[in-house]
Parts: sequence; structure tokens; C-alpha cells
Amino acid sequence: MVAAVINVSALILVLLSFSKSREKSKRALKIAIFKGLGLAPQLISLIAVIGIVFAFIPPELIKEFLGGEFSLIQVGGAALFGAVMMIPSLIALPLAGSLIDAGASYTPVAAFITTLTMVGFVTIPVELKELGKKITIYRNGLALIFAFVISFLIGVFI
Amino acid sequence: MTAENVKNQKEKENRMQTEKQQQELKKNVKKVIITLIFWGIVLSVFRYIFPDRFPAAISMSSRYLKEMILVFPAVLIIMGLADRWVPTTLVEKYLGYNSSFKGKFLAVFLGTLPTGPMYVAFPIAAELLRKKASLSNVIIFLGVWASLKVPQLGVEIQFVGLKFSILRFIFTLISIFIIGILMEKIIDSSEFTEVE
Repeated sequence: MVAAVINVSALILVLLSFSKSREKSKRALKIAIFKGLGLAPQLISLIAVIGIVFAFIPPELIKEFLGGEFSLIQVGGAALFGAVMMIPSLIALPLAGSLIDAGASYTPVAAFITTLTMVGFVTIPVELKELGKKITIYRNGLALIFAFVISFLIGVFI
Repeated sequence: MTAENVKNQKEKENRMQTEKQQQELKKNVKKVIITLIFWGIVLSVFRYIFPDRFPAAISMSSRYLKEMILVFPAVLIIMGLADRWVPTTLVEKYLGYNSSFKGKFLAVFLGTLPTGPMYVAFPIAAELLRKKASLSNVIIFLGVWASLKVPQLGVEIQFVGLKFSILRFIFTLISIFIIGILMEKIIDSSEFTEVE
């Protein structure tokens, strides 16, 4: 269903784009192929690792570490992991999905996705240079705090 | 004469760029092939050592492979189109205006457009601040850009679930607004406009 919506909208956009400018559309498709090739090694590795890991790790283990009720240590660990890592979200989202399929709770996954996207330890040097100390510290600090709030709320409402 | 020179120069630059792209393409294809060979070897070793676990691993992997093939090409094409049709100058142009409600709405809308990674957003944000866009709008723009991109949401719904994605979208949007407004209250905006 989701896949159908995405594919149909992509098709419509491509047709629209080609009707406006062939040149631009061709370059857009080229960019898409480039991006895809850039992501492919990581995607292939992710697919292989998911298979191997889940053939060995029993779901009970994942449930024990990432499942159960909201726990501050669990969510904090997930949030910190997301803040430190630099994974493209197109890779991280399937990974997050596989953890949920294996029995992880939504709360640590939400914390992980939030900090992965909003808090960037790796990009802090760029942010410092462009936006200065104050904005960088407040933005990342507040985002880290709100990651807990968001994941807690998702745990309540889901 | 000079016009011709300029034309030649441009052609030369174009040719160099395509050459560079070609090299990059070759490098990426090579990487993909190496990755495939590597995991092919790992999997055959795995099959040899644990023949009983192998089918489970393969069925899990192929399930994810199928799901990825279903959504990724379309997502990448949408991102490619956005890259060509939504120039970052457009973002700068519209976020420069500061009428409070319209500005915030635009900050959210422009942030969700599928345009580039975070390190592209920081220089845009800095430029907006220099042009005296309000700090809350810039922070909202950065937050949405990082966390709530439209094609990524498609991938999120596909792999993590619709309800989760909707809830995360709503709570994250509210959080980003609070963060933006809080920061505007805390940080004296005259500080950095003077420094810049």
C-alpha cells in the first residue's frame, strides 16, 4: 500500500518533470542512480547482517534488551547511540523496523530515530563553524532532552 | 574572441565534470561489486558451518530485500527530482520573510522538501540568520529538515509502521516548535547578528 503510493507519486512526478524539461529530468534520474549506487553497499550489508543476526539471536534476547516497558536506561542508551552514530536515515529506518519485528519496543526505537536525525555529534564541528557555540549547544542539548519526551509519548499513545 | 574563450572554458569545465562523474560512478560500481562478493563469501561460509540456520537467514534477508526494492528506487527518484527542481536559493528567498505565522509555516514546508543532507542545511541556516530571519524560524527549519523529510517518511511507514510514523511526526513537530521558541527566548538574537 505504502509502496504503491510512493511508486505512483514518483511516476507522476517523473512524467510531470519530463513534460517540463527533458534535460532537467535526465539529470534528476542520474542523481537518483548516483545516490542509489552510493547507498547500495550499505543496503546490501544491512540485508545480509539482518539475515545472519536474526538467524542467531533469539527474539527473546532482543525483547530483553530493547523490549518491555519504558525504561530510562534503555531509552537513554538508544538516544546516545543515535546521537553518536552517523547512519543515513534511509539505512537506519529499515534497521529500526527489523528491531521492532524482532520484539523491540517502540520507545527506544523512537529515541534512536529522533537523536539520529536531530542530534549530530559528528556534524557538530560544521554546526559550530556555521552557527556558533550557543546555538549549537542549545539546539543539540534540547533535541536530546526532547528525544526522551517524544519516545515516552509514543510509548504512551501507540 | 573573449566570448569564444568563455565558451571554450565552459565546455572544458563541463567535460571535466562529466569525467569526474564517470570516475565516481566507476568507483561506486566497484564498491557495490566488492560488497556483493564479500557477503557472498560470508554467506557461503555461513551455510557450510550452520546448514540448519541458513534457510532462516535467507528468508529474513530476502524479505527485507523485497521490501527495499519496492520502495527505494521510487524514493531515490523523488529525491533526485527535488534536487533539480527545488534549488536551495528558493529556500533562502522564502525564509528571509519574517511574518510570524507565514514564516513558521514556510519553515516547516521548506524543511520537509527532499533536499540534501544536514551539512547542506547549516550554511543555509547561517545565511538566513545573517539576513535577519528570526531564530525560531531557522531552528524550526533545521529541525524539520533533519527529521521530517517526505521521502524518508515513506520509508519509515513501510518499515516501522504508519501509526508510529504519524505519532513521531506530530510529537517531533511540536518539539521542534518548542525548541525554536525556547531558544529565541534564551538567546539574545542581537548577539550573533553583530558577530557575523
